[in-house]
Amino acid sequence: MGAGRKIGGPILEVDDVSLAFGGVVALKSVSFDVRRREIRAIIGPNGAGKSSMLNVINGVYHPQRGSVTFKGARRHRVDPHEAAEQGIGRTFQNIALFRGMTVLDNIMTGRNLRMKCNFLQQALYWGAAQREELEHRAKVEAVIDFLEIQHIRKTPVGRLPYGLQKRVELARALAAEPELLLLDEPMAGMNLEEKQDMSRFILDVNDQFGTTIVLIEHDMSVVMDLSDRVVVLDYGRKIADGTPEEVRSNKDVIDAYLGVAH
Amino acid sequence: MTEPRDTFPRLLLHQAKVRPHRPAFREKDLGIWQTWTWAQVADEVRLLACGLAAQGFGRGDRLAIVGDNRPRLYWSMIAAQVLGGVPVPLYQDAVADEMAFVVQDAEIGFAVAEDQEQVDKLLEIQQRWPLLKRIYFDDPRGLRHYAQDGLMSIESLRAIGRDYAGRGPEFFLGEVEKARSSDIAVILYTSGTTGKPKGVSQTHAAMIHTARVLVAFDGIAEGDDLLCYLPMAWVGDFLYSYAQVHIAGFCLNCPESPGTVMNDLREIGPTYFFAPPRIYENILTQVMIRIEDAGWAKRRMFHYFMGVAKRVGMKILERKPGVPLTDRLRYRLGELLVYGPLKNVLGLSRIRVAYTGGEAIGPDLFDFYRSIGINLKQLYGMTETCVTVCMQPSGEVKLDTVGRPMPGVEVRIADSGEVLVRSPGLMKEYHGRPEATREALDAEGFFHTGDAGYFDPDGHLKIIDRAKDVGRLADGTLFAPKYLENKLKFFPYIKEAVCFGDGRDKVCALVNIDMAAIGSWAERRNLAYSGYADLALQPAVHDLIRECVEKVNRALAADSTLGNSQIRRLLVLHKELDADEGELTRTRKVRRRHIAEKYSPLVDALYSGKTSCYVETQVRFEDGRTGTVSADLKILEARTYDVAAARRAA
Repeated sequence: MGAGRKIGGPILEVDDVSLAFGGVVALKSVSFDVRRREIRAIIGPNGAGKSSMLNVINGVYHPQRGSVTFKGARRHRVDPHEAAEQGIGRTFQNIALFRGMTVLDNIMTGRNLRMKCNFLQQALYWGAAQREELEHRAKVEAVIDFLEIQHIRKTPVGRLPYGLQKRVELARALAAEPELLLLDEPMAGMNLEEKQDMSRFILDVNDQFGTTIVLIEHDMSVVMDLSDRVVVLDYGRKIADGTPEEVRSNKDVIDAYLGVAH
Repeated sequence: MTEPRDTFPRLLLHQAKVRPHRPAFREKDLGIWQTWTWAQVADEVRLLACGLAAQGFGRGDRLAIVGDNRPRLYWSMIAAQVLGGVPVPLYQDAVADEMAFVVQDAEIGFAVAEDQEQVDKLLEIQQRWPLLKRIYFDDPRGLRHYAQDGLMSIESLRAIGRDYAGRGPEFFLGEVEKARSSDIAVILYTSGTTGKPKGVSQTHAAMIHTARVLVAFDGIAEGDDLLCYLPMAWVGDFLYSYAQVHIAGFCLNCPESPGTVMNDLREIGPTYFFAPPRIYENILTQVMIRIEDAGWAKRRMFHYFMGVAKRVGMKILERKPGVPLTDRLRYRLGELLVYGPLKNVLGLSRIRVAYTGGEAIGPDLFDFYRSIGINLKQLYGMTETCVTVCMQPSGEVKLDTVGRPMPGVEVRIADSGEVLVRSPGLMKEYHGRPEATREALDAEGFFHTGDAGYFDPDGHLKIIDRAKDVGRLADGTLFAPKYLENKLKFFPYIKEAVCFGDGRDKVCALVNIDMAAIGSWAERRNLAYSGYADLALQPAVHDLIRECVEKVNRALAADSTLGNSQIRRLLVLHKELDADEGELTRTRKVRRRHIAEKYSPLVDALYSGKTSCYVETQVRFEDGRTGTVSADLKILEARTYDVAAARRAA
């Protein structure tokens, strides 16, 4: 895998970011970068600040100190919808889909950002609105085909098993055609087969669309197989950064995961 | 204008000339049905054939076809035939090892694969079989970085074909002319119920003759629609989809993916439908589960009108007299409220003729479809006879027979009870096995089917079992295991059953529960379970299964010849029988001998009088790893019924 992939320069730089909620420090002076077209994993024990890190990247949280540079533009404060407009997509640890809506409609919401027509035009479904809808639908169908979920196209999301819901969430994120995709525990709670499928999809997305991916994952074998480079957080601090092999043999990482006698 | 239409390539050109703008193929792609007309198909086939020729594919070469039903895979088949080559469709869900056997046996040098999954398998086979030089794939997804020699997309093959065709436009027509009807049109591998699969070589003449008979038999015309969803490697798909479409010029519809077949069925609304009993069974199980989960009003309505249908539906379908007016009115109302909507949901509203075959169908299952107005009929045949040996004419359908021999087919019953067949549709030979060919085809040209059967007084053939499987109990009672297993499998709760009894003092059975049906049954009763094995070990489930077996026993008691073969002891298996472990064939028939060996401790326990048996089985996971599952299986005793008393009561 990845024989023809060309990893480029940094697309995202996190510089000296610190985040605290009142007295609780979630992130402390964390710096790392993500290069174009790479798969970057963030790992760490529970409460290490992984999800907080993602939330900082796509603007849900605003760090007290430090900055995030995305595609060369350094920003201090950015809102999630701005982040999305700039090309940052994400999925959530606990699935955030519209349970009563069909798979197709859920994925269509991923295209919302790119819909230019106003509400009235869409309601009349005429002229430009119709053309636009068809274009979006074609894009969504391509994603459905890509993730092999044709058989559940018209099924309400609430009726689907967990593994498939995760896949639908990925589909919705992909429908927005993001340049940087943040995946928060894409494989949590999946069985082996579902994990394998999901791993294959993540690799395919990265390979086929050239999407840069930042993912949080607990399953170490998955992380080691998928990612090009790994950041390890522990108690809000970065304790290691490098290729999976480097990280695996890092003493601090082993201590953080296995615990040390104090 | 009387050029002979005796090979598939000639038939294709004929269709392209007679009905160039009629739809020939449809495929749902990106959510939309795409259509190709006959003229377009002829053009596509020309490009593929020229491409293959440019790549060195020629007369006598064999082209493996691996994948789900895709238009381009069908076109590759005919492109190979144009060049005088032989397409060899393979079962797409076979693992690489099984596939390797066929690839080597058929000496395959070229292959067309659907996607990455199939390409990976072929590349693995290539390591052992370097003669496999060229692999073409339909769906390029995930294959961008594959740099193997001889691997390219069908798209690239078309481009090569376009160049090649540009140099000499006469080439294609010249090749079509060279084909003879006595050439081998296809090699189809038997599913291998016994031993290694055998390649059955069928000529153009045999397939085309049989397809013509079929088209005439049911009046199939260009307006018909067929959904092709059964494995391309199966003779039924070749005959019903590929051969018939070339004869009658109707439209072949390819489903979007194997998971969407039920949806696609509904969208296409085929007029002609073929499915093995298993598919009808699955559909019915799904319906029953949904009805059980429906509100009480709907449930009551369903059961009431199904009662009406059971009473008079089949008579109405067969236009038999003696149905009271009130019942006719009730049936009409039922059609409006239940049967019509049900058929619509299942995609069966437009069905003119539906067939089943390959295995005996449970009488109750058969009745269900006929009673709601679907003209479901049975047929009998096998790969070696181009399927068609016997078929039921409309209006002469019986539950326990497979109909009369088709025009041109001679059927004879040997002294041993084995069914012998002679027809123009017989295979030419088993590929590369003159010995097996001589065994199967006798000096008079009769094919030995290996099935046991007899003709009933109306001249309809009745098949009871495989000739070699029919046995006798120690007391001399006839024992037809498949007959019993089919009876058991009709219950929605039983997915698979294996009966033993030949040469023994009693009949015992291994039963596989149906996870979908029993799972939902357990949910309704608030039974907690963690998975298949756990569910299969629950005492409540055991009671349920035992009741099913006792019902079968009661029905058997009324049968004078099979009455003594009632099932005395049984156990519910803790794991599903699986084709990947060789317990089922690829067409999902049970391999009784293999199972008897693999589970011999269980079988011994059934006959030894033990009340339970500890078992440890190796299982193979989908990723190829193996593990073991163990369980303590309880042996159940089923009540049996007095044969004489049952007959007196009847």
